[in-house]
Amino acid sequence: MLRIPCPYCGPRDHAEFDYGGDATVVWPALDDTTEAWVEALYFRDDPKGPHRELWRHARGCRLWLIVERDTVTHEISAAHPAHPGMADEVTAQSQAETPSA
Amino acid sequence: MAAGAGRYSAVRLLKEGLLGNRGWGRAWRDPVPRKGYDVIIVGGGGHGLATAYYLAKEHRMRNVAVLEKGWIGGGNAGRNTTIIRANYMLPGNTDFYRYSIDVWETLSKDLNFNVMFSQRGHLALFHSPAERDAAARRANIMRLNGVDAELLDREAVREKVPHLDFSDDARFRIEGAVWQPRAGTARHDAVNWGYARAADEMGVDIIQNCEVVGFLNDAAGRVTGVRTTRGDILAEKVGVAVAGHSSRLAQMAGVGRLPIEAHKLQAFVSEPIKPHLDCVVAFAGIGHFYISQSDKGGMVFGGDIEMYNSYAQRGALPVVEDVAACACQVMPSLGRVKLLRHWAGIMDMSMDGSPIIDRTSVPGVYLNAGWCYGGFKATPASGVCFAHLLATDTPHPVAEELTLGRFERGSTIDEKGAGARAWLH
Ligand SMILES: Cc1cc2nc3c(=O)[nH]c(=O)nc-3n(C[C@H](O)[C@H](O)[C@H](O)COP(=O)(O)OP(=O)(O)OC[C@H]3O[C@@H](n4cnc5c(N)ncnc54)[C@H](O)[C@@H]3O)c2cc1C
Ligand SMILES: [Zn+2]
Repeated sequence: MLRIPCPYCGPRDHAEFDYGGDATVVWPALDDTTEAWVEALYFRDDPKGPHRELWRHARGCRLWLIVERDTVTHEISAAHPAHPGMADEVTAQSQAETPSA
Repeated sequence: MAAGAGRYSAVRLLKEGLLGNRGWGRAWRDPVPRKGYDVIIVGGGGHGLATAYYLAKEHRMRNVAVLEKGWIGGGNAGRNTTIIRANYMLPGNTDFYRYSIDVWETLSKDLNFNVMFSQRGHLALFHSPAERDAAARRANIMRLNGVDAELLDREAVREKVPHLDFSDDARFRIEGAVWQPRAGTARHDAVNWGYARAADEMGVDIIQNCEVVGFLNDAAGRVTGVRTTRGDILAEKVGVAVAGHSSRLAQMAGVGRLPIEAHKLQAFVSEPIKPHLDCVVAFAGIGHFYISQSDKGGMVFGGDIEMYNSYAQRGALPVVEDVAACACQVMPSLGRVKLLRHWAGIMDMSMDGSPIIDRTSVPGVYLNAGWCYGGFKATPASGVCFAHLLATDTPHPVAEELTLGRFERGSTIDEKGAGARAWLH
C-alpha cells in the first residue's frame, strides 16, 4: 500500500488516488513535428528507481499532484500540487507555518 | 544427445521405475559461456527459451546462447495464471494469437515434454444487454478470423458452471458468455523446462546466473556482443526478450526509450480443493477477474494490474481486496476457501496493449517485448516469430504488424481503445 502525502489532506491511502503516469513528459507545441508528438505521446524513460509521476486525489480534494516515488522501493519522497501556482502557494504557506529559528 | 536426458516415454518411465529412477540425468546442461555465439538471447523466460528452440529447430542455428540473470522461469514465465485464449479483435493480433493456439496443440509432442496443455475452454461472462452486444461482436470477429467462439445464453452458462452466482439477487446478473472451446491452460514451468531441454538437446547453451550489464559495439555502431556478470560474450546478433525489463535493456543497448512501462500484476492461488471448476472463467468490464483450477486442486486467479509504474515483484493490498471481492461475487462457493499464496511479476505494458517483435535502431539488436499481462499464451508463436526475424531479418507473416514503427505511423493496435496510457491496457 502506498501512502501519498497530499499537501492539502495529509497522508492518504493510494486507493483514494487515480494514477496519471510520467510527470516528466513535456508536451510539444500543437504545430510541432509528428516525431516530437510521437516521442511525447508514446515513449517513456520507464526508470527503475526515482520516478516523477502524476496522481489525482480523486476521492479527496481532487487535486492533481506530482509525486516523487521510487519504482523499486515504492518510497515516496515528495508530493506537490501539479499546478505551479498552487505549488508556490503551498511552499509559501508551509514556510509561513514553520517557526523561524 | 547433448544433455544425456534421453527421450521421455512410457517405456522409459517403466524402466526407470524398476531401476530406482537412477538413470534420468539432467534435463539440460549447465555450460560455461563460450567466447562467442551466432545469436545471444537475453532473458530465459518462456519467450527467450522458445526463440532459442525454434532458431535451432527451424533455422538450424545451434550456436546460440540464452543468458538469464537468475534462473529460467524465475520471471513472469513462472508467475502467470497460465490462461491461453485467442479472443482478440484487431488485425495484427488475431492471426498471431490464433497461430499460437495451433502451435500449443502439438507442443508437448514436439518437445517430447508434457506441457499439460489442457483445452478446457474459456468462458467470458457478460452481464447486461450492452455487454451482450459487445460479446456478440467479439465472438463474430473471432469466428471470421478462424478462431472458435460461441455465444452462450444464461442457461447454457449455468449448464457449464452451475455454481457461478445465478441467484436472483446477484449484484451483476449473468446474462451469458463468449465460450472459446479450444482455449485453456498449460503448466507454465513445464513450458519453460520443455523448451529448455529441447533447445539444449540441439546444442543451445542455457546460461543461468548471467546478467547482461552492457552491450559491445563496433565503430559503425553494430552490436558485437554483450557485457555480463560472467564476462564479455561476443555475438553476431542479440535478441532481447526480458519482459518487465525491456526498457532497461533497450536503453542499455543504445536503442533508447520504448513505448513501454513496467507495471506489476499479482496472481493468487488457494489451498487445494476437490475438482470444482473444469474451465477458465473470466469476468471483465465492471470488475476484472479470471479463474481456473490447477491440476493440484488450487484455485488460480487474478485481476487488474496495480496501475502505477513498478519494478517491485510484490503486490499491494487494494488489489487483494478487489480480487477477493470479485471471487466471492462471481463464485460465492469460494467464500471460505483459504488463500495459500500470492505474488507479483513485472509486466512490460506497451502503450497500445499489444506486443512488439521487431528490429531496432541498433544493427544486430532485436526486440521482443510489450507482452503486458498476456504473453504466456503467446509463448510458442512469439518463439517462432522472433526466431524467424533473427534468422532471416524479415518478419514472420503472422507478426508483420507487431512493429515499433506502428507508433510512429499512428497505427497502434489498441484492443481496449484506452489510448497511450500503458497502465490502462
Ligand atoms: C501474475 C501474472 C499473471 C499472468 N497471467 C497470464 C495469463 O493468464 N495468460 C497469459 O497469456 N499471460 C499471463 N501473464 C503474462 C506472461 O507471464 C508474460 O507476458 C510472459 O511470461 C513474458 O514473457 P517471458 O516468459 O519471456 O518473460 P519472463 O519469464 O519474465 O522472462 C524474462 C527474463 O529476463 C530476465 N532478465 C531481465 N533482465 C535481464 C538481464 N539484464 N540479463 C539477463 N536476463 C535478464 C529475467 O530474469 C526473466 O527471467 C501473466 C503475468 C503475471 C506476472
Ligand atoms: Zn488531497
